[in-house]
Amino acid sequence: MAATSFAYNSPMPLTFTVNGKATTVDVPPDMPLLWVLRDVLNLHGTKYGCGTGQCGACTVHLRGRAVRACQTPVKNVAGAAITTIEGLSVDGSHPLQKAWEKLDVPECGYCQSGQIMAAAALLTSRPKPTDADIDTAMNANLCRCGTYIRIRQGIHEAVRSVSGTTSTSETK
Amino acid sequence: MTMTLTLDRRNFLRATAIAGGGFMLASYFEPLSAFTQQAGRPAPPPLEPNAFVSIDANGIATIVAKNPEIGQGVKVMLPMLIAEELDVEWKNVRIEQGDLDAAKYGGQSAGGSFATPSNWEPMRRVGGAARQMLITAAAQAWSVPAAEITTTPGRLVHAGSNRSAGYGEFAAAAAKGAPPDPATLTLKDPKTYRIIGKPIPGVDNHKIVTGQPLFGSDIKIPGMLYAVYQRSPVIGGKAISANLDAIKALPGVRHAFIVPESHGGGSMSGVAVVADSWWYAETARKQLDVKWDDGLAVTDNSATFSTRAAELSKEAPHSTSRKDGDADAALASAAKVVEAAYEYPFLAHAPMEPPNATASFKNGKLEMWAGTQQPGGVVDTLATAMGIKPEDVTVHLPRMGGSFGRRLYNDYVVEAAVIAKTVGAPVQLRWSREDEMRQEIFRPAGYHFLKAGVGASGKLVAWRNHFVSFSVAGAPPLTANAQTGQAAGPRPAASSRLGASEFPARFIPNFATHESMMPLGVTTGAHRAPGACALSFVFQSFLDELALAAGKDPVQFRLDLLSNVPLPASSGGAAFNADRMISVLKLVAEKSAWGKRTLPKGTGMGVAFHFSHLGYFAEVAEVAVDATKRIKVKKVWVAGDVGRQIINPLNAESQVHSAVIDGLSQLMLEITVEGGQVTQGNFGEYPVMRMRQAPAEIEVHFLTSDNNPTGLGEPPLPPVLPAVTNALFAATGIRVRSLPLSKHGFSWK
Repeated sequence: MAATSFAYNSPMPLTFTVNGKATTVDVPPDMPLLWVLRDVLNLHGTKYGCGTGQCGACTVHLRGRAVRACQTPVKNVAGAAITTIEGLSVDGSHPLQKAWEKLDVPECGYCQSGQIMAAAALLTSRPKPTDADIDTAMNANLCRCGTYIRIRQGIHEAVRSVSGTTSTSETK
Repeated sequence: MTMTLTLDRRNFLRATAIAGGGFMLASYFEPLSAFTQQAGRPAPPPLEPNAFVSIDANGIATIVAKNPEIGQGVKVMLPMLIAEELDVEWKNVRIEQGDLDAAKYGGQSAGGSFATPSNWEPMRRVGGAARQMLITAAAQAWSVPAAEITTTPGRLVHAGSNRSAGYGEFAAAAAKGAPPDPATLTLKDPKTYRIIGKPIPGVDNHKIVTGQPLFGSDIKIPGMLYAVYQRSPVIGGKAISANLDAIKALPGVRHAFIVPESHGGGSMSGVAVVADSWWYAETARKQLDVKWDDGLAVTDNSATFSTRAAELSKEAPHSTSRKDGDADAALASAAKVVEAAYEYPFLAHAPMEPPNATASFKNGKLEMWAGTQQPGGVVDTLATAMGIKPEDVTVHLPRMGGSFGRRLYNDYVVEAAVIAKTVGAPVQLRWSREDEMRQEIFRPAGYHFLKAGVGASGKLVAWRNHFVSFSVAGAPPLTANAQTGQAAGPRPAASSRLGASEFPARFIPNFATHESMMPLGVTTGAHRAPGACALSFVFQSFLDELALAAGKDPVQFRLDLLSNVPLPASSGGAAFNADRMISVLKLVAEKSAWGKRTLPKGTGMGVAFHFSHLGYFAEVAEVAVDATKRIKVKKVWVAGDVGRQIINPLNAESQVHSAVIDGLSQLMLEITVEGGQVTQGNFGEYPVMRMRQAPAEIEVHFLTSDNNPTGLGEPPLPPVLPAVTNALFAATGIRVRSLPLSKHGFSWK
């Protein structure tokens, strides 16, 4: 294996907000947010799938936008607000969480926290997304179980539960 | 922070004893069904009375889900069977994942779509036995004959004396009784089912959508360190030396050491790096400089295999596994002969959660949290590797983030245990995505050289296949065994075989399967629908070529073939019932309006069917191809027959979606080997299907037949590959004979 040069930096205290709670960690500033969440803060809902930003299993919200925690050095979130799946709602009552349970979207379930976080960011920017909007927003989130059809239905169901209506494109 | 995801049996028993109203049911397994023996599977371990059901004083029933959950829905399905016959309201059921304990639960594995056929009968009888014990207790208390007591969900009723009571009131008394002989139980009339056949969501859904710890990689136990394990880039090589001192000096690293040899169970030599966080370990690993002894796989090359297979196809085959009539003579006199070479590549499983395991070795006892499809298969190996007795090994079964066959192999489980023992602290070993993709148990590639002939009337009269696959490099050859019918010859690579009765064998009068093998160093094994996932593409595509040569419609040509009186099956395979396949083929043709729709230019429909894992599936794909060879699978119709009862329709539909999309993924995927090293390492090079590429609609139809229910995780997968390649031909006139489709310039739109 080719030895790559890697510049370690020493741990230093960094403060940010996770799920509404001010949090200080003492870690190398280059440590990806994913591993700070999982191994330091014991928030295991955010998953590792590829480590290269290609699968979306580690999707969290940074300042309200969906980002890949595996590609986000923790120094980039200093002072910022992070929301993880654990903080999307206090009790699993977010319309997407309820829709996912109702429609039985998960199979193995491993990618679904990332799917829900990506979908939640979509609904913030487009409260009534079309199928095309959904494809665009969700295409970067892999599901090896292939639950895509129910993910799409789940997003429409969440919209319906909130507004009582849905986008016109649902039935294509 | 301590986290035990699975129930601790002892605490549970103590807790119910203190509560006073609890009872544990002792019940029996029946011997596994005839299918078990038919399929040649090993007999289950000797069974003792098992604890599956407990009922508290309030009537809440806690049911143990014994099998590992990989996304197939078994954690709901098996308890549904028990709850139905126990006769309780589903809302009063709590489900707990059982630890590995063969004495309590019998077989505990996930694989082969086997949970349904092997548990359909025994799990219902477990529930029925619990209900009977409650009835017996009530009969004694009320001094009435047990036969006069009936149940409504969760309640015991004696109509004659107008008495009734909740199950909870008699739970303690029932616990003192003896379990009935399961053979004497009368099971419910299916018409009265209240749980079986109803859509029931996954039991872990709430935890999944709220991000609660659930999976193997979510385990954290006190004092736990994180490990990565660098194996030889050339698969199967051994670590000779490494810059361990330099690695140990890196931040966060606690230990770095060489594991020179395998510790059994498929584990391999490598270099372990153990650190305070996984990121520290993974980052340090990138600085590793290891001297490897490459081993036998170093000569493996995907391109060379393809060339060598073509050479072998022109030579005399190594063996002949089936011969009916005289294929060569019939080919010589056939009206039309079609010759084609088909091939498919190696594949990786790529489950979303890469392999991982957590091990704690303390005071001569090993405790593990291991996502494994075959937990029972690893205990003896772990005991030997640790130098302890099997009874000193405890295995908890966390949920798995997908598996698709990868975790049938416990190599990473053994490696985690060895690392934990070496460092003297609990360790979680996590593979990176690249570890997973490059240290796979690959679906073996395969090469088929086919020649078939149709008669003047369009009937398929002859079929000859020279199938080139792999033997295990360096393994001692097999010796002949008259008892088993095993011929002498090279040892085949795992999951590389072609069954002698695999369709269309038995349905063509002049038929020959010849085989040759090439030595292979890289590891191979089961995949989702192993065997079938590869063979269906070859045989169902070639049948389409033959239908064209015969001038017949692809559905009609297949129906004609299935209507032939079959020749006897070879021993060892599950019997294929052509009538069941005819029914699903007709159904899928009807539902897709086969041959009745006018399609736009560049759009085509393709059909295929496959029998695997006891399931009968026929599928039609509608595919549009644009001028730049971008493919859109617009819709897939699926018709399946898995017996008389769909146990959980909500999950059943989802499993079919999953199998279809997995099969579509496979059309565009390949693992290539160069010098024993895998080229691909992550999803960029192994582009699993994404949402936009997936069909917007998959229409699923189940045909119920009077057969015992069988599994669904695998059999819907195989036919979708040839359904699409046949549709591609219909749309473009391009016949795809090798995968992935990207080799021919196709891509997903």
